[in-house]
Amino acid sequence: MGPRDFEFLKDFLQGRSGLVITPDKKYLIDTRLLPVVHSHGLKTIPDVIEILRCGENEILAVDVTEAMTTNESLFFRDDSPFDLFRQQILPMLLERRKDKRKFRIWCAACSSGQEPYSLAMILHQEQNRLAGWKAEIVATDISHDILERARKAIFTQFEVQRGLPVEMLLKHFVQDGDYWQLSDQIRNMVRFEYLNLLESIKSVGKFDVIFCRNVLIYFDLDTKRSVLEGLRSALVNDGALFLGGSESTMGICEDFIPVPDVRGVYRKTECIDSVAG
Amino acid sequence: MKSCLIVDDSKVIRMVAKKILEDLEFETIEAADGQQALDACQATMPDAVLLDWNMPVMSGIEFLRELRAMSGGDKPIVVFCTTENDIEHIQDAIEAGANEYIMKPFDGEIIQAKFSQVGLL
Repeated sequence: MGPRDFEFLKDFLQGRSGLVITPDKKYLIDTRLLPVVHSHGLKTIPDVIEILRCGENEILAVDVTEAMTTNESLFFRDDSPFDLFRQQILPMLLERRKDKRKFRIWCAACSSGQEPYSLAMILHQEQNRLAGWKAEIVATDISHDILERARKAIFTQFEVQRGLPVEMLLKHFVQDGDYWQLSDQIRNMVRFEYLNLLESIKSVGKFDVIFCRNVLIYFDLDTKRSVLEGLRSALVNDGALFLGGSESTMGICEDFIPVPDVRGVYRKTECIDSVAG
Repeated sequence: MKSCLIVDDSKVIRMVAKKILEDLEFETIEAADGQQALDACQATMPDAVLLDWNMPVMSGIEFLRELRAMSGGDKPIVVFCTTENDIEHIQDAIEAGANEYIMKPFDGEIIQAKFSQVGLL
């Protein structure tokens, strides 16, 4: 693909979805768009771009946008982990931490912040039950740029529609032109820090709940093992670990076992009685 | 199979929405304005309505108010899908009885996410 086509596609995707494709992500274009090329009976990616330039094929435009944005961070991604947190883990935390009246949550690869902010919105919804409690959310990522974006908490129209109920949009966001700014009230509930999961995992301290979803899938076996060992040391004994829907500790690390009937949630093998039930 | 009434004066948008909704296993019915949509609801109440705002003859919000006043009109789950993307419009829509709100441009993932939030999937 020539530089003019790349520039066009970059602007097209940014305009439609907020997705920013940097030149080092060019390889993604091939892997994601070739299936679209074929499903539309075309031969090459430049063929697709030529049609997009005319602006008359909305179905193709939607397919291209979808294909390129599937791994973006979403608010309330996959719904069920957040429902689980709200309905099962949080009540257990409130019961088991009622003497200390505090707990800490860690989002271990927070990207542009949708996951920790979703948790913050849940805690805000439960503010009556949490009166007098100290609930801390720490969110880390390996990219300084993405952390800067996460701290600003300014999202595109596309981003605020993916997973965020409209009622939460009205409650927690202010519109600023084409963008949506998250309220300070929710922003201030999350602390963002730089962290490389492969290096300095011990520096973050101990947590009651860890979210590390859709991270392990990008690593090889040895790296998965060393990250899971790091997560083990950062999780309190009766804490809960959330992994992505397609991830597992099976055959990688015996320190964690899945909690029965609670998909994607793990507890320490040594602790039978955890906040995850 | 659940049914979804697609209300939009653009044939292209109706076609895109129809493809997405059929992939989500909805039976689809189409209407090009609010009045046609009301007629369709009077004949058979759909499970869901995907609703544009600006249309000739009768707008989406006028349709929604009439629908909610009809007998059985509280049943369908109504999701706006419009280029109107300011907070005032969204608030008006929710007050008139919309269940969710999609700002165009949209894609399959947004429709899927919103429909699952309101319990249609």
